[in-house]
Amino acid sequence: MTTAAWVPRKRRGAEFFLTVLAVFIGIAAYASVGLGVEGTIPADTYKLGGALIVVAIATHLIVRKVAPYADPVLLPLVIALNGLGLAMIYRLDLGRRQIDPERAAFANSQLVWTAVGIAAFAGILMLVRDHRRLQTLTYTFGLAAIGLLILPLLPHFGRTINGARIWVNFGPFSFQPGEAAKVCLAIFFAGYLVVKRDALALAGRRIMGIDLPRGRDLGPILAGWLISVGILVLQRDLGSSLLFFGLFVVMLYVATERPGWLVVGAVLFGAGAYFGYLGFGHVRVRFDAWLDPFGDPDRNGQIINGLFGLAHGGILGQGWGQGSPQLTPYSFSDFIAASMGEELGLTGLMAIIVIYGLIVERGLRISLTCRDAFGKLLAAGLAFSFALQVFVVVGGVTRLIPLTGLTTPFMAQGGSSVVMNWAIIGLLLRISDQTRRPAPEISTFASDEETQVVKLS
Amino acid sequence: MNRPIRNIAIACLVLFAALLLNINYVQFVEADSLNAKNGNKRVINEEFSRARGAILVDGKPVAESVKTKDEYKYQRRYPDGGLYAPITGYFSYVFGRGGLEQSENDVLSGSDNRLFVNRVVDLVSNKQPKGGSVELTIDPLAQKAAAEGLERLGKNTKGAVVALDPQTGAVLAMVNQPSYDPNRLASHDFTAVQKSWNSLTKDEDQPMINRTTQQALPPGSTFKLVTAAAALQDGVVDNIDDEIKAGSRLTFPGIQYSLPNENGGNCGGDRITFEQALNVSCNVAFGALAGKIGQEKLAEQAAKFGFGTDPIEGLASNASRFTVGDSKLEAPQLAQSGIGQYEVAATPLQMAMVAAGIANGGDVMKPYVVKTVRSPNLRVLEQAKPERFSQAMSGSNAAKLREMMVSTVTRGTATSAQIPGEDVGAKTGTAQSTPDRPPYAWFVSFAGGDNPKVAVAVLVESSDTARDEIAGGRLAGPIAKSVMEAVLGK
Repeated sequence: MTTAAWVPRKRRGAEFFLTVLAVFIGIAAYASVGLGVEGTIPADTYKLGGALIVVAIATHLIVRKVAPYADPVLLPLVIALNGLGLAMIYRLDLGRRQIDPERAAFANSQLVWTAVGIAAFAGILMLVRDHRRLQTLTYTFGLAAIGLLILPLLPHFGRTINGARIWVNFGPFSFQPGEAAKVCLAIFFAGYLVVKRDALALAGRRIMGIDLPRGRDLGPILAGWLISVGILVLQRDLGSSLLFFGLFVVMLYVATERPGWLVVGAVLFGAGAYFGYLGFGHVRVRFDAWLDPFGDPDRNGQIINGLFGLAHGGILGQGWGQGSPQLTPYSFSDFIAASMGEELGLTGLMAIIVIYGLIVERGLRISLTCRDAFGKLLAAGLAFSFALQVFVVVGGVTRLIPLTGLTTPFMAQGGSSVVMNWAIIGLLLRISDQTRRPAPEISTFASDEETQVVKLS
Repeated sequence: MNRPIRNIAIACLVLFAALLLNINYVQFVEADSLNAKNGNKRVINEEFSRARGAILVDGKPVAESVKTKDEYKYQRRYPDGGLYAPITGYFSYVFGRGGLEQSENDVLSGSDNRLFVNRVVDLVSNKQPKGGSVELTIDPLAQKAAAEGLERLGKNTKGAVVALDPQTGAVLAMVNQPSYDPNRLASHDFTAVQKSWNSLTKDEDQPMINRTTQQALPPGSTFKLVTAAAALQDGVVDNIDDEIKAGSRLTFPGIQYSLPNENGGNCGGDRITFEQALNVSCNVAFGALAGKIGQEKLAEQAAKFGFGTDPIEGLASNASRFTVGDSKLEAPQLAQSGIGQYEVAATPLQMAMVAAGIANGGDVMKPYVVKTVRSPNLRVLEQAKPERFSQAMSGSNAAKLREMMVSTVTRGTATSAQIPGEDVGAKTGTAQSTPDRPPYAWFVSFAGGDNPKVAVAVLVESSDTARDEIAGGRLAGPIAKSVMEAVLGK
C-alpha cells in the first residue's frame, strides 16, 4: 500500500507578487503624505521607493533560498503594515513639527530600525535552519527572559518614561527589553511545556464539569502569575503584565489540552486586576478613563483626542496628511492606530485590523500543521501573543478596553518593537518552512513484502 | 494539541471581531456626538479651514470668510466692525461662537441637514464643503442712523436702539453702544484674541452683552402705554377724551407715601382727559388707573405684549417682567408699577414690541432677525414667515391709543420726534433707578399711521449729559426720529 504524499506547493511566485504589491502600498502612502501635507510628491519618493523595492526583493530572495516552503503570505502582510507605519510616522513628523519645529523626527530612525528588523528576520532564517534546535536552549532562553525583564530595574540602565520603568539606556540608544523578553519567554515556555505537558495533563479533580489541575501542578502557573504581577508592581507596566500572563496560560492550555488552566488563569487574572485596581493609582486612572473619559477631560486628554481623531476620520478618513492626528499625544507610537483611523477612516483601520487578523491566522495555521510539539507550541504562543497584543493596544486606543501601554506591531514608532516583531515573523516562517517541506525520503523500500528475511548465522 | 489551537483560533477571531465592531461604533455610530463635543480641536480647525457662509444685510456681507495664506485658509471678517456685532456675534478659534454665528452655525458651516446633498456632491467632487448664507431683516440705513444717533450723545454714552417692522415683526435695526469689534476675536493671532477677550469681558460697560435683548431695565413712563392699553381693554376708560383723575399727588389711604408727578406739576388739573394724561405723561393719572385696573389685569396686558416671554429666537435674550416672581403688590407699589417703576423691567426690544403692537392695530408680531437662509448655490432653504405673537388689544382700542401717541408728538412730551408729513406717535420715559445713578431715558415711537412702517425703542442708560438735562424726549427722541426717517426714506 502506498499513499501519495501531499507535496505542498512553494508558492514563492505568489509571495513575490504580493510583496511588490505591499511595497507599492507603502510607497503610495509616502507619496500621498507629501501630496496631503505639502501639495507635492516628496522629491525622494523614487529613490526611497527604489531602495524599498530592492530591500523587499532581497528579503524575498533570501526566503526563497533558505526557507523555500515557508508561508507565502506573512512576509507581504508584514511589509504592508511596516510601510504604512513608516508613512504615518513620517506624516506625523511633518504634522508635529508644524506645531513646534523643535520636536523630534522619528521617520529616519524608524527606517533604520526597520532595516535592522529585516536583517534580524533574514539572520534568523539563515542561522536557525531548524527551529527544533532552539528547544535545546530552553533554559538559556528562560534565563535570558528573566534577565531582560530585570534589566530596566537596574539603577544605571533603567529609565522611567511616563511612569513605566520598562526602558533601558544603552549608550545613545534606549530600548524596551520587554519585547525581546516576550520572544524568549515563548521559546522557554514551549520547550518547558513540551517536556512537562504529560505531567501537567495528568490526573486532576473535576469540579463543576471542569477539569482542574492538581494542586502540585499549579506551581508553574503560579510562577508565571508572579512574574506578571512582579512586572506590574515593579515596572508599572499593565500591558506587558497582561501579555505575558495571557501567553503563558494559553500555552499551558494548548500543551495540556485542559481548559481548566484557562479557568485558573482567568481567576488569577481577575484577582490580579482587582488588587491592581485597588492598589495602584495608575491602574485606577486608566480604568476610570475607560469608563468615563469625559469625566476628567484634562487628565484623559490623550484617549479623548484619540477618539476625536477616530470620529473625525469617519468612514472614509480625512486622507493622508489631511487630518490632524498630530494633536494626539504619542500619535506616532501608542496611538498610531487612532492616527490611521483618522486619516484612512473606518475603512482603512478595518483593513489594517484584518491584516493583523490574517497574520494571526497564518501563525495559528502554521501551528496546526506543524508536526513537532515544540514548533506547534511556539507558533501557537507567538501567534496568540501577537493577537493579544494587537487586541490590547488597538482595543485600548479605541476604548474597547482600558488603555495600557503596548506597542502596535510593525506600525508604532520604536526600534525594539519593530526588530522583535520581524524576529517573530522569522521564527514563524522557519517553523512554517519545516512544516510544509515534504518529508525527507527515508527509504527506497517499497514494501515489506518485497524484503527478504535473511537469517544471519 | 490541535483542538486547543482551534479553540484559540476561535478566541482570536472573537477578539478581532470585537475590535472591528468597536471601531465601527466609534467611527460611525458615535462619531457625530464625538464631533459635537466641546473642545474638539479637529472640528474647530476644520470649521476654520472652511468657506463659512456669509451673514448678509441687503445683499452685502456683514460677516464673511475671506481666503488667507495661513494654516486656517479662511479668515472671518466683519466689514462693519462693531455695528452688527449684537446680531452677528463672533466666531473665534479660542472662544467659540456667539450670536447668529452660534445659532445659525449649522447653515453657516455647511453641516445643516438641508445641505446634505451639497455635502455629498462636495465629497464626490473632492471639494471642501461650503456653508450657506443668512440674510438679515436689518435695514442698513436705519442701523446706521441708530448707531450715529447714539454716537452723537458722546463716546461714553451707553444705550440701545431697536426698530421693528410693526406689520411683520422683522427687526430693522438693532444697535448697542458700547459694542465690540468681532474682528478682534476672530483673529488668528490667538494671544491678541486672548487679550481682547480679557479686556472685553472685564469691561464694566459690558460691551459684549446685547443691551437690546438681554438687559431689562425699568421702562418708566413708556410703560404707561401698557397701562393705557389695559385701561381701554378693561373698560376702565372708554374714550380718549374721558376725564380721569389727575392732580399733583396720588395719595393712598392710611399710608404716608404719595406719588408725585415728574416735575412736581399737576398735569393741568385734578381731572384731565385720558389723552392729555398721556400727552403730559401724568404719573398721578396712570398711578390711579393702575389701581383701578388691578394687578392681575395689568400683568395680563403686559404678558400679551410679550412680558415674561423670551422675545426672539437665535439671539441671547431675556424676558421682561412686570413683577419679580409672584409678588403681591400693595396699592402704592401697584401705582408705581403702572408708571413703569418698582419691579417692572423691560428690554428695548420689548418696548419696541409694545409700540409696534399698538401701531399694528393691536396685533403683536413675533420679532425675527433672519429673513432668508440660502444654500451655497443660493437656493432658498428657509424664508421667514411673519408670525403673530398675540392680539394685545382690539383694533378700535389700538386706534385710540395710537391717536393719543400721535398727539403726544404733536403737542406733548415727544415733540422731538416730529417728522413733517408723517403720522408719528411716541411716548417718552425717564425712569428712576437708584438715587446714585442717572435715570434711564426712554423713547418709543412708530411712524406710518394706519399703514405702520416702523416702530422704534431707544434707551439711553447714561451719557455725558448733565443729570437734570436727562429726559426721554430730549436725549432719545432725536435718535428715534432719525431711525424712522431712515426707514421711511426721508
